[in-house]
Order: sequence, then structure tokens, then C-alpha cells
Amino acid sequence: MLEFVVRRLLSAILAIWVVITVTFFFMHAIPGGPFQRDKVLPPAIKENIEKRYKLDDPLLVQYKDYMLNLLKGDLGPSFKYRGQTVNGIIAARFPVSLQLGLVAFAFALLVGVSVGIVAALNQGKILDYLVMSFSTLGVAIPSFILGTLLMLVLSYKLGLLPPATWGTPLHIIMPAISLGALPTAYIARLTRSSMLDVLSQDYMKTAKAKGLPRRRIVWVHAIKNAIIPVLTYSGPLLAGIITGTFVVENIFAVPGLGKHFVTSIYNRDYTVILGTTVFYSMILIGLNMLVDIAYSQFDPRIKLSARKE
Amino acid sequence: MAISPELFKPLDKNRVQADEARPSITYWQDAWRRLKKNPLAITSLIFIALLTLTAIVGPFLSPYSYSDQDFDNIHLRPCREHPFGTDNLGRDILVRTMYGARISLAVGFVAAITTCVIGVLFGGISGLAGGKIDNLMMRFVDIMYSIPFLLWVIMLIVILDPEGSKGVNLSSIFIALGIVYWLPMARIVRAQILSLKEQEFILAATTIGAKKRKILLQHLIPNVMGSIIVTATISIPEAIFTESFLSFIGLGVSAPMASWGMLASDALTTLRSYPHVLVFPAVAICITLLAFNFIGDGLRDALDPKMRK
Repeated sequence: MLEFVVRRLLSAILAIWVVITVTFFFMHAIPGGPFQRDKVLPPAIKENIEKRYKLDDPLLVQYKDYMLNLLKGDLGPSFKYRGQTVNGIIAARFPVSLQLGLVAFAFALLVGVSVGIVAALNQGKILDYLVMSFSTLGVAIPSFILGTLLMLVLSYKLGLLPPATWGTPLHIIMPAISLGALPTAYIARLTRSSMLDVLSQDYMKTAKAKGLPRRRIVWVHAIKNAIIPVLTYSGPLLAGIITGTFVVENIFAVPGLGKHFVTSIYNRDYTVILGTTVFYSMILIGLNMLVDIAYSQFDPRIKLSARKE
Repeated sequence: MAISPELFKPLDKNRVQADEARPSITYWQDAWRRLKKNPLAITSLIFIALLTLTAIVGPFLSPYSYSDQDFDNIHLRPCREHPFGTDNLGRDILVRTMYGARISLAVGFVAAITTCVIGVLFGGISGLAGGKIDNLMMRFVDIMYSIPFLLWVIMLIVILDPEGSKGVNLSSIFIALGIVYWLPMARIVRAQILSLKEQEFILAATTIGAKKRKILLQHLIPNVMGSIIVTATISIPEAIFTESFLSFIGLGVSAPMASWGMLASDALTTLRSYPHVLVFPAVAICITLLAFNFIGDGLRDALDPKMRK
């Protein structure tokens, strides 16, 4: 077990290092540098700016500085907004994105799993077909289209919900639904198929033969095993939700990190793009690692195969 | 038991014919037979064929071009001259939607082709080489995998088009998608080749002195073709989705050109007053994604019955 955790940790650290290194050199390979696109600057001013941001150092020295600062948790200054640091921007905006993401995540997990279980228990009946058709549709509708449609119907036609910005719990509903719809559909299908798989296993017959009540069979014996694939999916699910916020926050003018990331792409604000990418990658790689470890705890078969390797 | 001469009478010629085995059919004929039994997949296939035809021919048949502006006729509702209406610059939405189909389909098909070329070669070489090389190549894939695809794509586009604040070259989108989307393909091809290369026919090929290159290209890859086609088909809707997503956040094709994501994004600004502008591109994206999903599922069931759940 310990060996597995350590190995997984090392590979996560390696992955994060590769991400940082690759993004760093990518960003610095862009011809012209961050201040080239502004009005033509007098050479002296340009030199001073570059000195101020240490852009006149050799690339490897800049890399070393960036890595050392990163170890201290410092992502550097924003090139576009004078006086703001990348850390400051993330600290101000990430909580909003996190809140939205968690609500969408909870929505997707709760609705997806319960709908999937209901469908599996009613296999071949109308309820099952209904769930399957909706989830097929849900996988094909991109979040930005669902978001705009929701906004059109719920805010402009019916006037039920505020169309944009942030603040009250009412503001969270539409962004969270448009963000969570695709994962919900996917989780529903996943839960359904894994539940059907479990229900057809021999130990279900044993439980029934022992005379256990159906409720106990479903809750204790079936669901516990059926949600393991959903657990593995939560890594990619989080990746989807985090990148999904880029779009959803733009549609609904949510002042989160995703919206700022897109703005900094427009502005070509390199340090913010770099810093946000590194930040998001660290979160995702870390979460994936935790999911893997949790998974190995849940399912003894995984541990076995890891040891054999 | 008495043996009568009756038992030794020659058989009727017609009955001999009837007992003969049915003509042997190849893997591909068999797959096609299975696919034909899937009405959803066949309908989708016909739809995509028609859509491709419309995307190629349609813009030539229309009296308008995708960039023609007509300021006397802005925000028209669907009418005889403009079946889909016009947008905020008086551009015909029908022709822009057809033009958008060109870009979206091109992105999808190019992504599928690059996925095949890079993914199959990478996975094939890794699987055939085995040992240390295989280990190294797969660790590389693992690391690439741990970063969300969209972050890679966004970053690559920012690097490939550093000046592109007003839009991005189509080729940059192709390259960015191509660089990122081959990973699943490489994994699947490698896994299959690992098991295939232990089989006798490869041993036979080796003993008669076939070169590794020949073994890979002529003996192994044709045997993996089913999975390759399925994986490539699944990557098409993903690429189309990603392109419309990128267009929507402002990293799509440059301004007068139109892709579906961009049309949807344009519609958002005038959503309140002119919701019809959103409808056509939105419906086009959803139906196309749905159709490709059905084709992918159908092909998987037809080509690779083992993958079926």
C-alpha cells in the first residue's frame, strides 16, 4: 500500500514538473515577447520594462527563478494589469469558480447516480427509456448551447432567474446546470450499465436466496459495488467541470477564474495564462492521484494487480 | 440390426447442396452486415453524408456569400430570401451555417486522420518494441494524459498564433487538436499489439525473415483496424465539440469566417431581442454530434463485438 502511494506521488510530481517546464518554455518561445504588441516603445523604456520583469536574463536563469518562486508558491506578476500578481488574481477569483464547480459536481453526482440506479432497476420499462434518451441527448449538447438556451427560456422568456452575474444562490442555478448536464448524462449511463452488471452477478442471487429484503440487496450489495466506476470517473469529471467553467462563466458573466483565464487569452497575458495552467494542472493531477489511491482502497482487486506489476 | 442396401443409396444431388456450409464471409462483410442492422447508425451515416455534401456544395448554390453584409436587412426573421434569417450585419445565416459545417466537419475529419497517423504509429512502435522503449513511450503518454486536453489545446493555440487576438488560423486549430488527440489511440493500439505480437502468425513472419517495419505495417496494424476505426470515429465529435468550444471563447477561426461555435457565440450578444439567430447553429451542432455518437456506437458494436457491454 505505502509503496503504491509513494510511486503514485512520485509520478504525480514528475507530471507536474513536466507541465510546468513545457508551459514555461512554450510561453517563452513565442516570438516578440509580452510587450511587443503594445505601441512601439522607446528602446530605453522597453529595456527598463524588461529589466523590471527580469526578461533580459538568459532563459535558463529565468526558468530557475520561476521554479524557485514556484516552490515558494509565487506565480509572478501579471504583465497586463500593473500591480496585480497572478497569486492575487487566483486568490480573488478561484473561490467563485470553486463554488460553482462544487455545486455542479454535486448536482452531476447526485442526479446522475440516482437516475442511473432508477433506470437500471426499471430496465426495459418506460422510465429506463426516458433516462437513456435524455442522457443520450445530454452527451450531445455542448454546455454553451445549453447555457444560452437556459438563459433564453428561464430569464428572458419566463423571468424566473437572473440572467447573469453572481451573488445570490439564484445566480448559481443556471451556470451549475449547464456545467453539470453533460457529466450528469454520462454518470447516469455509467451507473446504469455498471448497476446492470452487478445485478446480474451470482452473489445477487445468493443474497436473494438467503431471503434478504430487496431494499437491503439493492442498497447494501448492489449500489456499493456499482458506484466504483463512477468513482474512477470523478477525476476526468473534475477536469471537465474545471475546463467547462471557462465557457459557462463567460456566458453568465460569472467573475471566476475561468472567465479571467479567457480574458487573459484575449490579452495574451502570458504569466496569467502560464500561472493558471500550472495551477489547474496541479489541482487535477493531485485529485487524480487521490482518486487512484481511494480507488485502490475501495477495491481490493486493484491492490493485487498493482503489487503484481 | 439388419443392414439393408437402402442405407447405401447415393444422396440426392439437391440435398448435398443444401447441407453445404454458407459461403465464408470476411470480417469486413460481417461487420457491414451487423452495421446495416443498426437503423440509428445508418440514418446517422446518411445524415453525415448529406451534411458533408451540403457543406461542400451548398455555399456555391446560395446567392449570398458567408461575408456579404447587407445593412438594409439586419436581424431578419426567417423568410423566403433568407430561409434562416440574417444576423446583426445582415449576413445570411443559412449560408453561414453551411459554411460553418465546412469548418466543423473539416476539423473533425482532419483530427481523425492525424489521430490515426500519430496514434497508430506511436502505439504500434511502442507495443512492438516492448521493454524499455515501450515503458518510456508510455510514461510519456501517461504524463500527457494527466493534463486536461483543453488546457493543452488552448495553450498550443496561444503559442501557434501569438498575434491572433482577432482570430486564429485554421491550421493552428488543426495542429493543436492533432498534437493532443492521438493519446487514446496510442494506448488502445499498443494494448492490442502487445497481445497480437505473441501470436503464431507473427512468429511465422519473423522466422521467414520479415523486417519489423513490415510486420508492423502489414501484419499487425491490419489486425487492429477495427479498433482504430472505432477510436477515430469517436474522436470526430470530440474534435468538433472542442472547435466550437474554442470558437465560443474567442479562439476560433478569424472574423468573417464562420464556424458553428462562433455563430452561437455571436448570437449570444443579441440573444434577448433576436433569439432565432441562435437556433440554427445550435441545432446543427447538436444533431451532428448526436449523429457521430450514434455512428461511433454502431461501428463499435459492428467492428469490435468484444468492446460491447
